[in-house]
Amino acid sequence: MNAPLSINAAPPRPVLVETAASRPPAAAAQPAPAPATAKQTVVPLPAPQRYRPSRAVAIAYDVAAAVVPPLVVLALMLLVWQLATSGPDATLPSPLKIWADSSDLITQPFFVNGPQDIGLGWRVLTSLERVAYGFGLAAIAGIVLGAFVGQSVWAMRGLDPIFQVLRTVPPLAWLPISLAAFRDSGPSAVFVIFITAVWPVIINTAVGIRNIPQDYRNVAEVLRLNPIEYFWRIMIPSAAPYIFTGLRIGIGLSWLAIVAAEMLTGGVGIGFFIWDAWNSSRLSDIVVALIYIGVVGFVLDRLVALVGRIATRGTASA
Amino acid sequence: MSKPIAPQTSHPSGKPFLRLEAVCKTFRRGGSETEVLRDISLDIAEREFVSIIGHSGCGKSTMLNLVAGLTQVTTGAVLLENREVNEPGPERAVVFQNHSLLPWLTVYDNVRIAVDKVFGRTKSRAERDAWTLHNLDLVQMTHAKDKRPSEISGGMKQRVGIARALAMEPKVLLMDEPFGALDALTRAHLQETVMQIHARLGNTVIMITHDVDEAVLLSDRIVMMTNGPSARVGEVLDVPLTRPRNRLELVADAEYIRAREAVLKFLYERHRYVEAA
Ligand SMILES: Nc1ncnc2c1ncn2[C@@H]1O[C@H](COP(=O)(O)OP(=O)(O)OP(=O)(O)O)[C@@H](O)[C@H]1O
Ligand SMILES: [Mg+2]
Repeated sequence: MNAPLSINAAPPRPVLVETAASRPPAAAAQPAPAPATAKQTVVPLPAPQRYRPSRAVAIAYDVAAAVVPPLVVLALMLLVWQLATSGPDATLPSPLKIWADSSDLITQPFFVNGPQDIGLGWRVLTSLERVAYGFGLAAIAGIVLGAFVGQSVWAMRGLDPIFQVLRTVPPLAWLPISLAAFRDSGPSAVFVIFITAVWPVIINTAVGIRNIPQDYRNVAEVLRLNPIEYFWRIMIPSAAPYIFTGLRIGIGLSWLAIVAAEMLTGGVGIGFFIWDAWNSSRLSDIVVALIYIGVVGFVLDRLVALVGRIATRGTASA
Repeated sequence: MSKPIAPQTSHPSGKPFLRLEAVCKTFRRGGSETEVLRDISLDIAEREFVSIIGHSGCGKSTMLNLVAGLTQVTTGAVLLENREVNEPGPERAVVFQNHSLLPWLTVYDNVRIAVDKVFGRTKSRAERDAWTLHNLDLVQMTHAKDKRPSEISGGMKQRVGIARALAMEPKVLLMDEPFGALDALTRAHLQETVMQIHARLGNTVIMITHDVDEAVLLSDRIVMMTNGPSARVGEVLDVPLTRPRNRLELVADAEYIRAREAVLKFLYERHRYVEAA
């Protein structure tokens, strides 16, 4: 998960968090090519008219190839899960029991029955707002600090070891310190998200800045760009692939921190919902909330990756 | 015809325009020192086209960077119009060895960024747009102005690099092996372009090259460097061929053949490349 790289061994390309799901589905979806043996036959026979799928059919095939395998695996998992937890002394709820207990949470994400009794969709939105603040701050501070650190060899030498230590501190450990410092749960929660997400942004930005080719620096010098122009016109675009790698890891971490951040804040966030459900032993609700969190985290990751791909279009190769 | 070099008066006009005075360059890294250039003296006149030729690693790029102001001299001085050069600036535009276009900008914007920087105060927005297009037109790249560097060929990138440099209206145009990475045909084509531009605008040009024919075809004078370390100017050769020059007619020209021979002899007889010098 924590792919943020050691700065000393600056890699030529940004390190991406490669998950199984992040590979383009097209790779798996390609129609199988004609078997190679067909080309090696010695006697050339008139090739039979091969079936050529039309465009729509090809797209449908691609979609099916991307969607069907996960669905099959999911069905199998549910089956195993059901079998494993259907005994009389099972400690965890089975899928059928979850459905019986919490189908309202699954089918209606946006109901409102009272101030504390609302759909998980609303809770996710509340949590997302919190993450937006924390992550937004982390992105801004991380890029600025990273630019500063990457510019100066001495800042790098002094700060890098400290960053490398701090980035391994788990979100939950920041919570007491944060509460003690802010004495208010709202800002503390945002701070926990911020401090969890900021390190990979700093580190990756710094590496990106360090790797700005000398050529671009020379161009900037000949043009006599001032520091502000240099920042916007050379540094940011040139380091953009690295910065977005940092942001992508950062958004993942800030979403990971949500449960810790909301544990003591109360309110209506999805993180607090889990804590609350645990305290009142609603295991089925927890499982549903976990699935919500997972799906939202996946979407966030994809979103940042997409923005990164659009923003760094053309910079990948010279 | 080829004479040993002392600081000499320059070719067409005689007025010293760009002057290198006893320039030495030593690189220090940690405790070790490498003397790359020793006692380089050279006068270049306005509108002159000078080539620098020498074996790989002798310090040609270092010399160009000194004139560009990207590197500082250790002792001696570089003077442009009697003012000492000690920082980079757009009046000494550089065409880099590997084009150095900014990949996130389009061809147009790569030139425009230079135009905006140099003429931001003196020209209106519309004038700057026109000037950008004019310079792209000089190198015949207007058709690809909205493409990104990754979408055009090596020769085209080098053209854009030249347009960017020309657009700064530099007093001196510095080119570091501008055509080194190109195939022979593209290379010949770009040489023609550069000759036409030089004839039209009369820039002062310093060009580094590895190619003897290119040096003779384009230059008024050829500066030949000895092998490093501590490279010096070995010889300076005048190329008194009339312009415009035509490469086909020159093939049989006695003057051309003599100049070519002189450079070849310098490079391959007297200062042969020593492996791992
Ligand atoms: N920044 C530097 N620090 C230390 N040594 C350097 C530095 N820049 C260049 N040199 C050394 O100076 C010498 C000349 O380098 P330079 O790049 O000027 O050669 P060149 O003539 O341009 O070679 P080429 O034709 O291959 O481009 C080389 O031996 C190189 O190792
Ligand atoms: Mg060089």
